[in-house]
Amino acid sequence: MADIADSERAARPAPRRLGGGWGRRLVVGVPTLWLALFFLLPFFIVLRISVLEMDGAQFTALFGRDADGQWQFNAHLQSYALLLQDSLYLSTYGSSLLYAAVTTLVCLLIGYPFAYFMARAAASLQPLLLMGVMLPFWTSFLLRVYAWKGLLDTQTGWVGTVLVDLGVDRVLYALGFIPAPGQLMYSPFSLVLGMVYTYLPFMVLPLYGTLSKMDLRLLEAAQDLGATAWQAFWRITVPLSRSGIVAGAMLVFIPCVGEYVIPELLGGPETLMIGRVLWDEFFANNDWPVASAVAVVMVLLILVPLVLLNKSQSGEGARA
Amino acid sequence: MMASPAARWTGRLWLALGFLFLYLPIVALVVFSFTDSPVPNVWSGFSLRWYHALAADLDIRQGLYYSLQIAAATATGAVVMGTLAAYALERFPVFRGRMLFAGMVRAPLVMPEVIVGLSLLLMLVSVQRQFGVPERGLLTIWIGHLLVGMAYATVVIGARLRDLNPQLEEAAQDLGARPAQVFFLVTLPTISQSLLAAWLLTFTISLDDVVIAAFLSGPGSTTLPLVIFSRARLGLDPTVNALAAVLIAIVAVFVLVSSYLIAVRERRVYREQRAARQGG
Amino acid sequence: MSTSTQDRAFLRIESVTKDFGGFRAVDQVSLDVARGEIFALLGSSGCGKSTLLRMLAGFETPTAGRVLLDGVDLAGRPPYERPVNMMFQSYALFPHLSVWDNVAFGLRRDGLPKAEVAERVDAMLKLVQMTDFARRKPHQLSGGQQQRVALARSLAKRPQLLLLDEPLGALDKKLREETQIELVNIIRRIGVTCVMVTHDQEEAMMMASRIAVMSQGRFLQIGAPHEVYENPATRFVADFIGNVNLMDGTVDGAAEIRCADVVHRLAEAPAVAQGQPVTVAVRPEKIRLDVQAPSGDRNQVKGVVTAFSYFGDHTVYHLELPSGARLKANLENERRQGEQAFAQGDVVWASWQPGAQVVLTE
Repeated sequence: MADIADSERAARPAPRRLGGGWGRRLVVGVPTLWLALFFLLPFFIVLRISVLEMDGAQFTALFGRDADGQWQFNAHLQSYALLLQDSLYLSTYGSSLLYAAVTTLVCLLIGYPFAYFMARAAASLQPLLLMGVMLPFWTSFLLRVYAWKGLLDTQTGWVGTVLVDLGVDRVLYALGFIPAPGQLMYSPFSLVLGMVYTYLPFMVLPLYGTLSKMDLRLLEAAQDLGATAWQAFWRITVPLSRSGIVAGAMLVFIPCVGEYVIPELLGGPETLMIGRVLWDEFFANNDWPVASAVAVVMVLLILVPLVLLNKSQSGEGARA
Repeated sequence: MMASPAARWTGRLWLALGFLFLYLPIVALVVFSFTDSPVPNVWSGFSLRWYHALAADLDIRQGLYYSLQIAAATATGAVVMGTLAAYALERFPVFRGRMLFAGMVRAPLVMPEVIVGLSLLLMLVSVQRQFGVPERGLLTIWIGHLLVGMAYATVVIGARLRDLNPQLEEAAQDLGARPAQVFFLVTLPTISQSLLAAWLLTFTISLDDVVIAAFLSGPGSTTLPLVIFSRARLGLDPTVNALAAVLIAIVAVFVLVSSYLIAVRERRVYREQRAARQGG
Repeated sequence: MSTSTQDRAFLRIESVTKDFGGFRAVDQVSLDVARGEIFALLGSSGCGKSTLLRMLAGFETPTAGRVLLDGVDLAGRPPYERPVNMMFQSYALFPHLSVWDNVAFGLRRDGLPKAEVAERVDAMLKLVQMTDFARRKPHQLSGGQQQRVALARSLAKRPQLLLLDEPLGALDKKLREETQIELVNIIRRIGVTCVMVTHDQEEAMMMASRIAVMSQGRFLQIGAPHEVYENPATRFVADFIGNVNLMDGTVDGAAEIRCADVVHRLAEAPAVAQGQPVTVAVRPEKIRLDVQAPSGDRNQVKGVVTAFSYFGDHTVYHLELPSGARLKANLENERRQGEQAFAQGDVVWASWQPGAQVVLTE
């Protein structure tokens, strides 16, 4: 469909006016109210609770009067101090970031070639391939992670028995990925495997989106000018797919940091993930201020990649 | 593209192994749902015993009932909210606080669920202490799911709105339709496919959620994923396999049928367009 | 605010300006369009013509100035409250509605009784010869058919002003010529006042009774096609419409312009002072090429043929003049057989009548 001249569009602010005051206020207002109530407000409450002390079922007041009747601001940073002092928390944050990073890297290593070959496949085949990637996405992730518990069982599982028979488990043990030879489950290995499995489509889909839209003629031009296939790949394909890489990486990394279900089902006592810690603090220890503090720090940790993702998304929007 | 045979075979192999990796658990789930053995994960003959067990399993039935209710309500609410938010972002000129609005709408997409769940719970508890309501239950789970679902719906619907030719809506206005009429008579029908896609997507996400439901559920509102999760923590249960097989079958049929229908329709539209161009 | 009906223009654009932030898209333009006239805004992308059109339709509000339609100020009126209808460049047919429903859309918004809606829609479809396609959906139509439906839809409400946004832009060349004629016929038959926007000067000249050449938000010249073509007001206009040869020179004597290669004798004295620098514009089709120097009082210059472009019905010869300047001359290919009149490298005399050139001061 033909559209208005680009330069004329550039002279206009991007979205266009459409309507009267009341309707407009409602359209923006309703979601804003909802988000303010159920997204912003809870976050501030978490922030507030993280600086309070818990006494049985009650919290100390944030503002209060002391003996002289003066207003006081009772922010206690004990919870945060606890986090900083206890090496367990520090190492948990660290290992969460590490597992997330490793998962992202593995997803990239497996997912990039996957998306690449998908984009290069015959045009008639591609919708089928895309559907093939999306189908597992539509089936319950919980059930599929549960399935790995069975698959990795070294006595009866299809994957577990094969790995043991091939002696792969000894290699994994030597690398420190499993606690003992023959014990594949509840280990860093099973955790990363589970996370890679779950988040692989999140890496493949944005990459496929970018790679399939890429102009093949650029590569042909490069080869015409004397570049080998490898050179063309590294010098042209990869840089051009950068936005897809960033999007995919962030879509994997950020949720992985706070993952709970996979570490709980496939991880072990030594795979420290901050999601589990938060859960345990809340449900097991019933220590709300500490749980809140853990949450606040977690948000701060993922704030940087979050901003990065937002920037790359809006950059895409502006260029499009 | 002039790919070398080696490259092409590498490609085929990589794709094959990748798909094997993706589908292995699904296949395993289905296979072991038909086992006759009382010991999970062991094959000892074909049997439908676990499907009988599934049919008799009250916890699962109850959980499914709750989950379907919440999922339907979530999906519907998410589509409504998502349409509003997407419309505000794609069709309105820059308004004050637009960046913040966009950030708030999209944040639940990437926020770890434990944080969403925890923060919502703490807020609801505070509210409950002040006003006595709401009790934790289906409603509170719905609120949490709607928050996340809305983010997905906004992305899906927003993408479609962005692609939509703005001249369609302008033409409607030019012909005398007021803004609300434009929306219901022209915009909505044109984006209807994406609305359906958003509904299904958020339905699936709600149906599958563990963490938020865990934080926000109360006694007597145990959703299906929570039932599965508590069993999975303890070990393997072939009844769960049977459930998985049923759900997978439903999803597979649905995806295949809808893909087929879409493909058929696209081919028909393409043929009609081509005929029109040639016939003149 | 009443003026006598006779001297009141049907559409009056009064000193309209449109700013987008720091960018001025339309700069204090004024225009009167008579009732029933087909008027074209002609210019390249970014000149402001589309912005002006959108202000007429109501999609943009003027930063300053006003628009009056039949004496009524349209200020503050949104598009759905204006007796103005537009045919969009992309046609913008509603994909989920049939042809019939598309055309009926505007009538239904007015709350007209069903019978009347049906009557008008049928009449419109008959006018654009799309009655047989009434049940079809837009994607089942070709580009030309879609355009006819778009036209029917925009005329259904009998607007006081019809706006056309690049009406022929999406069609291929062959279809364009036939459609131009059909379009003009239908518009004249209905008698509606029409303002169109285009970057294609052929389209503008063929369809409109008057043209405004626009650049950078301003009108450079307003006039009938013949007027704008043969009497361009500025270098820009001369160059924008059709092909032209431009030669710089100074006024020398009563009716002479001295240029680098030739002294132009003019038919009448230009209204420019002695010694003033001017530009002389000569259209290629006014130039004749001869092997010998022509006799008589034609302006003439000797040049070398550097190249020629064959267009079937005519050939454009590119000449290089003694000063190094270039000259283009169009020659009709009157004879079917025989070689090209001139070959590369030939020395020829280019000549034209004293009245064939235009003297430009801008």
